[in-house]
Amino acid sequence: MSATHQGSPVARLEQKTVVDLIGKGKRVDDRGPLDYRPTTIMLGVVEKANGSAQVYLGKTKVLAGVKIQPGTPFADTPDEGILTVNAEFVPLASPTFEAGPPDENSIELARVVDRGIRESKAIDLKKLCIEPGKKVFMVFVDVYILDHDGNLIDAAAMAALGALVNAKMHAFRVENGEPVYLKEMIPVPMQNYPVSITTAKVDSVTVLDPCLEEEQVMSCRLTVTTGKDDNICAMQKGGGLGFLSPDEIKQIVSTSISKAKDLRAKILSNVK
Amino acid sequence: MDNNKPVRLLDDNGLRVDGRRFDELRPLKIEVGTLDKADGSAYVEHGRNKILAGVYGPREAHPKHIALADRAVIRCRYHMAPFSTDERKSPAPSRRELELSKVIREALEPAIMSEYFPRSTIDIFIEVLQADAGTRCAGITAAALALADAGIPMRELVAGCAAGKIDGKVVLDLSDVEDKQGEADLPVALMPKSNVVTLLQMDGSLTEDEFKQALDMSTDACRKIYEMQREALRQKYHVIKDEADKEEEVTA
Repeated sequence: MSATHQGSPVARLEQKTVVDLIGKGKRVDDRGPLDYRPTTIMLGVVEKANGSAQVYLGKTKVLAGVKIQPGTPFADTPDEGILTVNAEFVPLASPTFEAGPPDENSIELARVVDRGIRESKAIDLKKLCIEPGKKVFMVFVDVYILDHDGNLIDAAAMAALGALVNAKMHAFRVENGEPVYLKEMIPVPMQNYPVSITTAKVDSVTVLDPCLEEEQVMSCRLTVTTGKDDNICAMQKGGGLGFLSPDEIKQIVSTSISKAKDLRAKILSNVK
Repeated sequence: MDNNKPVRLLDDNGLRVDGRRFDELRPLKIEVGTLDKADGSAYVEHGRNKILAGVYGPREAHPKHIALADRAVIRCRYHMAPFSTDERKSPAPSRRELELSKVIREALEPAIMSEYFPRSTIDIFIEVLQADAGTRCAGITAAALALADAGIPMRELVAGCAAGKIDGKVVLDLSDVEDKQGEADLPVALMPKSNVVTLLQMDGSLTEDEFKQALDMSTDACRKIYEMQREALRQKYHVIKDEADKEEEVTA
């Protein structure tokens, strides 16, 4: 059952400082309301994975790994590969994370990242079919949260995209319904590059890319994921007990689309 | 299974598979107080969705350590019956149900004056008996009424309705076939009087303009559903209200 979260362990005074700063158009880390934290993305950090990426978003650190292996397709998509996104909130990343089965926060994060990749049709899943109805490739994207300093969704989405772009699989031909692997390595067939932008609402002000201290005082957040055509492919409101007016939402969407464009260019320039 | 799917979701007159116009809601049937034991309950039929919501509380927090010192803990469980879908659904909670329990709780919590009941819990149970797209929104519509029926102080009701895109056109309140074959789905929940959105999710593909159109369409529909919610509450309480009115006349 989903239950109201325990309050953040931050002192009231500290919370007030964060809120007051944002009210004045400033932020705890000297950013402007619409500034994204410095972002670094490193590809191929885990050799045994088909693809991997480590993302630093300010002090937030997320590692994503892609593994590709054959499996059985779903009955309703017999000729398409399978995409699975999972997230681990590793206990070393935050004093509030605990070992154990995934909680609603990690499920929500994984599903929002999944929706971004799936709905933007980032991977051409038809090209991952080996034998329709019998065998397809399954793409597992596992997101590891290593250091939690806020805005995990954006960092995770970026790491997942980086890992997919980085991923290589053996070229294959099909013999008697079984894949025969060739020596040549090919990239995962990518056709879109979804980027998530999360905005937090603190008091009545909205700020982009909230850090942990800001997340602890936000009333809610809105994540907008867009593809390379600037179309919105996934959205999620969450992160608290707050609400947004329709006008606020439209404003956030507009800002997110233009920010995503910048960030996508940055990620892809890192990659190529 | 895929062989009999209609190729087009909109006909030449712009009507949908079930004959609705692009901005037309499915028929709703709302009943308040359908359960005996629950402190509050409501039953909503939204198109072919059949959804039952029950509320228990405010009651003692159990286990005790989950209690909050300054407000009630709101707990929410969204669950689909194994027979509610085409293929049997395992009764174990899926990742989807866990996510929806969370976003539904977050959609209802802004409306609940939980600060009146510190150290207690308010439990919201939503059972989907039959699913036909838009269950989270209909679940919110039902749960808000169940909360009101339980006598829990609320800032206002919450109403839910989705918009989406089929055959390139933005339409209101997707049915099952439209959701599966359509291009986008945008579930929204609204607190209509203060005009604020408490649930917002999206998947598919929408341009910025299409999104704005879909958001306006769904919030308008939420306001319509809100009127139906009020009417349903009145239905149950009109006897009590009549008595209260009479009393008022006497004292006046």
